[in-house]
Amino acid sequence: MDDREIATRDGSGRGGFADRLGEIGRRGLLSLVRGLIQAVLALGVTLPLTIVTALSIAFIPLGVGIVLAPVFLTALRGVANQQRIWAEEWFGVRIPVPYRARPEKMGPFRRLGWLVSDPATWRDLLWCLLNVPLGFGLGLAAVVVLVYGLEGVFVAPWLAGVTDYGWGPFWMIGDYGVFGIVGTVVLAAALTVVSVPIASGLLRGHALFSQSLLAPTRTALTERVEHLAETRSDAVDVSAAELRRIERDLHDGAQARLVALSMNIGLAEEMMKHDPETAQKLLAEARSASGEALTELRGLVRGIHPPVLAERGLDGAVQALALSLPLPIDVRTDIPGRLQAPVESAAYFAVAEILANVVKHSQAQRAWIQAEHAGGRLQVIVGDDGIGGADPANGSGMRGIERRLAAFDGTMAVTSPQGGPTVVTMELPCALSSPKTLPSSGTA
Amino acid sequence: MRVVIAEDLALLRDGLIRLLQAFEFEVVEAVDNGPSLVRALASHRPDVAVVDVRLPPTFTDEGLKAALEARKENPGLPVLVLSQHVEQLYARELLSDSSGGIGYLLKDRVSDVGQFVEAVRRVAGGGTALDPDVVAQLLTRHSREEPLQALTAREREVLGLMAEGRSNAAIAAALFVTEKAISKHTNNIFGKLGLPPSEDDNRRVLAVLAYLGG
Repeated sequence: MDDREIATRDGSGRGGFADRLGEIGRRGLLSLVRGLIQAVLALGVTLPLTIVTALSIAFIPLGVGIVLAPVFLTALRGVANQQRIWAEEWFGVRIPVPYRARPEKMGPFRRLGWLVSDPATWRDLLWCLLNVPLGFGLGLAAVVVLVYGLEGVFVAPWLAGVTDYGWGPFWMIGDYGVFGIVGTVVLAAALTVVSVPIASGLLRGHALFSQSLLAPTRTALTERVEHLAETRSDAVDVSAAELRRIERDLHDGAQARLVALSMNIGLAEEMMKHDPETAQKLLAEARSASGEALTELRGLVRGIHPPVLAERGLDGAVQALALSLPLPIDVRTDIPGRLQAPVESAAYFAVAEILANVVKHSQAQRAWIQAEHAGGRLQVIVGDDGIGGADPANGSGMRGIERRLAAFDGTMAVTSPQGGPTVVTMELPCALSSPKTLPSSGTA
Repeated sequence: MRVVIAEDLALLRDGLIRLLQAFEFEVVEAVDNGPSLVRALASHRPDVAVVDVRLPPTFTDEGLKAALEARKENPGLPVLVLSQHVEQLYARELLSDSSGGIGYLLKDRVSDVGQFVEAVRRVAGGGTALDPDVVAQLLTRHSREEPLQALTAREREVLGLMAEGRSNAAIAAALFVTEKAISKHTNNIFGKLGLPPSEDDNRRVLAVLAYLGG
């Protein structure tokens, strides 16, 4: 049994070795191709991009730069983002995107200010400049070693007697006869083999160089921490206020009604014997009081977490909401699964608040909702054909939505020119759980 | 009349059984979860089922799904759905096959025993029993539209009661007027909404609900 085990292990070991060799070869080849890409990119893209970007920034005082600089800086961000993706894909070197959040409304000047005031922009530019020699050198070095090695193995030995070979053979072939040829082939073969790990090592070095300049600096992290601390304290405030409101509603509403109810029932009990007529009236009163208490509790539950949201998710809850409002609302959703519960709830209440505004202020004849989940983000768009002129800075409701969404790193953008239409776009990063299935429907 | 009850809260389940038995219904089975409900509906084929929307195991809309499923297998199977909250969305799903025998009420309505039992009987007889809250939502939704604006306050009241599924006689009793007065109102309503007049109560209710987009 032991023998067999060892034999099996040996066999698999050999297979594994061949596999591993193949894998190393494949990866080596990949590294060489990637090195070539980096070298071409360094000279063909980052060199001209450095020059035109620097020039466009220099021309900002002349006015031309105001238009051109944002174009080139955006292109630069594109190149830098590609490097960030490659560093992670090729070597697992994670380079987070360091740019400041995009402002909501952007005129050309704000756009320029947003780009130029971000330290990450200048680090991008420095990277772009240094990448010209580094990207070219680190990318091409291994390819040069490989080509040199291949030349030594396959070309040089045949040229011992030839004198007019291009720039001449780089290997010392002619001077040492057969030993020279053998030595050349062995050395060149070694170089060829070594070029593979070199390629990978140098490219990794390039990725680390990119990381040193393209990753967020400490200040960017500090800014992020500040943003998180702020949104967290907002979220805590909002939920504490919610709890206080619920407590007050229960205390003054349903709880008080139940007290009156039990009092009425107790009184009716007393009256039953000698004044059945009054007792009956008290009981009828008690029944209507219980109905009111239930209606109130139902309203409260809706405000905390609408039952239809628990039952059908955002999809069904938004449809139910749309049906309950006095104007036709076209609902389109594409959410293949259930959202995380807190995100679902935040998105639902945001939509509810926006629709309440539509009903109250917009004078719209129709509205529409579009909700979809793609690429790890939920996007909800609510639009109406009303009079427009909605300003998130004015309404406390809109500010509330923004704060609620900010707790999930979500954003809201409002476009509402005078005369309409109003379109509110919300985005929330969130994961999706697998589509829900009902155990009953499958088995029955 | 044979009834199947599905309700997961023991207190409410027992209350419903007692209530229905007191009015000479025969409760053939009372279950407390979705899969059992599907089984009970298939095996007993009751005259009417009284079903809670939210049931184990998922505690979502298990009961509603089971009821819709059973009606697909067995069209027109009378089902009265009870819930702590009413949604027009669910009403629309229940009414979508337009074969009648559908009820959708708030659980609170059970407290008016007479009305509730009347609703169960109506649903068992192929009629409709829609909660006043759902009807109110339906009417608000169309309140801005032309034909509904043309109705008088009284006609709107009658339309609401009709949408709940009540017969002319019941509407007359509720409004303390004669049946003849009501049938005059209904004729006016159908004329103003452009619906074909019909003597059959059930078909009339369904026409009104279809008009309101229930």
